[in-house]
Amino acid sequence: MNAVWPQLPALLVVIPLIAAALVALSRHGELAFALTLVVSWVLPFIAGAMLWQVLQTGPISYHIGGWEPPWGIEYRVDALNGFILVLVSSIGAVIVPAAWRSISFEITEGRLAWFYCMYLLCLAGLLGIAITGDAFNAFVFLEISSLASYVLIALGYDRRALLAAYQYLIMGTIGATFYVIGVGLLYLLTGSLNMVDIAARLGPAAPAQMPAIVAALAFLTVGISLKLALFPLHAWLPNAYAYAPSWITVFLSATATKVAIYLLIRYYFSVFGIAIDFAALPITEIVIVLSVAAMFIASLVAVFETNIKRMLAYSSVAQIGYITLGIGLANQAGLTGGLVHVVNHALMKAALFLGVCAIVYRACPVQLENLAGIGRKMPLAMAAFTIAGFGLIGTPGTAGFISKWYLAAGAFDKGWWPLVAVIVACSLIALVYVGRLLEVVWLREPSPGVAHATEPPASMLLPLIVLAAATIYFGFDTEWTVGVGSTAAKALLGGLR
Amino acid sequence: MPTLTSLIEHYNYFITIFLMMTGLYIVVARGNLLKKLVGLSIFQTSVYLLYIEPAKIIGGTAPILDPAFKVYSNPLPHVLILTAIVVGVATLALGLALVVRINEAYGTVEEHEIFERDRDT
Repeated sequence: MNAVWPQLPALLVVIPLIAAALVALSRHGELAFALTLVVSWVLPFIAGAMLWQVLQTGPISYHIGGWEPPWGIEYRVDALNGFILVLVSSIGAVIVPAAWRSISFEITEGRLAWFYCMYLLCLAGLLGIAITGDAFNAFVFLEISSLASYVLIALGYDRRALLAAYQYLIMGTIGATFYVIGVGLLYLLTGSLNMVDIAARLGPAAPAQMPAIVAALAFLTVGISLKLALFPLHAWLPNAYAYAPSWITVFLSATATKVAIYLLIRYYFSVFGIAIDFAALPITEIVIVLSVAAMFIASLVAVFETNIKRMLAYSSVAQIGYITLGIGLANQAGLTGGLVHVVNHALMKAALFLGVCAIVYRACPVQLENLAGIGRKMPLAMAAFTIAGFGLIGTPGTAGFISKWYLAAGAFDKGWWPLVAVIVACSLIALVYVGRLLEVVWLREPSPGVAHATEPPASMLLPLIVLAAATIYFGFDTEWTVGVGSTAAKALLGGLR
Repeated sequence: MPTLTSLIEHYNYFITIFLMMTGLYIVVARGNLLKKLVGLSIFQTSVYLLYIEPAKIIGGTAPILDPAFKVYSNPLPHVLILTAIVVGVATLALGLALVVRINEAYGTVEEHEIFERDRDT
């Protein structure tokens, strides 16, 4: 154990990467799934052990190949990315049992092994982005996860999945290229790629360097915002989520955008925090305006959407707006709220999309009118779905309430009353679209399309119930989410000048 | 006059920016899925230049410790761009594979025709 312990940061990325190659070689669906299942369940323990160590003894620095940073690549785990790593790996572990039935139903048998290979590559990429302390290494992992997710989306059974994957590929590559331009400018300025070292070398920026730093910041913001689907750069997201295999939508909605949000937070606070005086530039104002636009406009679009996958996808854009609002507020309560909402939204959206996954598996229709009365046919699954829906609205007693409470407190601390009103108003719009969904699911007579639907198999039902239970649990016990979130927020804000 | 000299001294960066904008413009303005990928490739390639140009020092040698040489070029950007080229190739290959599949499914690679065919069904 003592020999393994210091190698945990590397293992977190290396295990899924090697497993992906093994899975591809196996060429056999069952074998591939079994290996994926084992790997997915090992990772949260590694991530959890690292977070525990970070909270006990402070940040972990792991030198790849024994090369000292800043020359070598450093994996750096602190409270913030330890938190994200635990989130991503745990979501993967909880939902992976549901994959077998759902994916075997939606994808032809010959492609199963490739599917799990791509899933593991995507997971390795996402964990890599979160763990690395090297700006260029993050780009490589960004592309590993993105390329894998384009393939995963294209595997959807509808032909529009191909076009959705293509559009995501174009947008995602533009985003990644913008990111590389930003990193290149930072490299020209500092001669370093290590994030901590870049921040130290930039120092409080000299006026002569300001134009280049601001340009780098702008490129990085746009590039990462494309990946995290910040309004108005979200155009790829609804189609990608709607036509991807249902289970992949669960995975991507809960993890991919969250990791991109982490990267944005990392750049804003840890890399540019000292170099730029945020009060002197209108960055926070821009982020807040875009967040509010996302919350309002995407929620309104969700109200009128008739395809439930697209409705939930637009809701994701709106919820991402809440998280970036926390980033824009940039005070203790606001940033804590944003970070907590990263976890809460991941849990709730994973539960909701897993509910959709179950519906597709048992009944097929994803159009709202076809779903009439499905709650009476699969009461347990839809009850869990409903709880997650309430979480999305922000009902007290669910996790969604906690994060919105902190966000409102953050706006209140700044004395921005209208913003508090906006948060409440957007929750009311969420009430409209979630209410519309629940009305169809529970109150209508079962339609012929769902007549033969029954409860989903246990492998889908259990993850769904676990996620719904977590939505309620984190609505009462906030020690883990708010506790770690506020520790991370304090460390981030302490890095600002 | 100083602006003009500065322009001429940095002409390579202007070429880079020109290529960048050309690529991005093609991606946005063209409806043909293949041409979009061509634009994307130009856009990515221009970024390689952005990294490589500052790494070239006139008269600089490879970083081999030797008393005879005083000026070294930085090899790191070349290594980074080697990685970026691999990523670019993978992206282009995947994009082309998707276009082949789209062509099989829709019978066209023109964006507006694809949207029309989806509306019809």
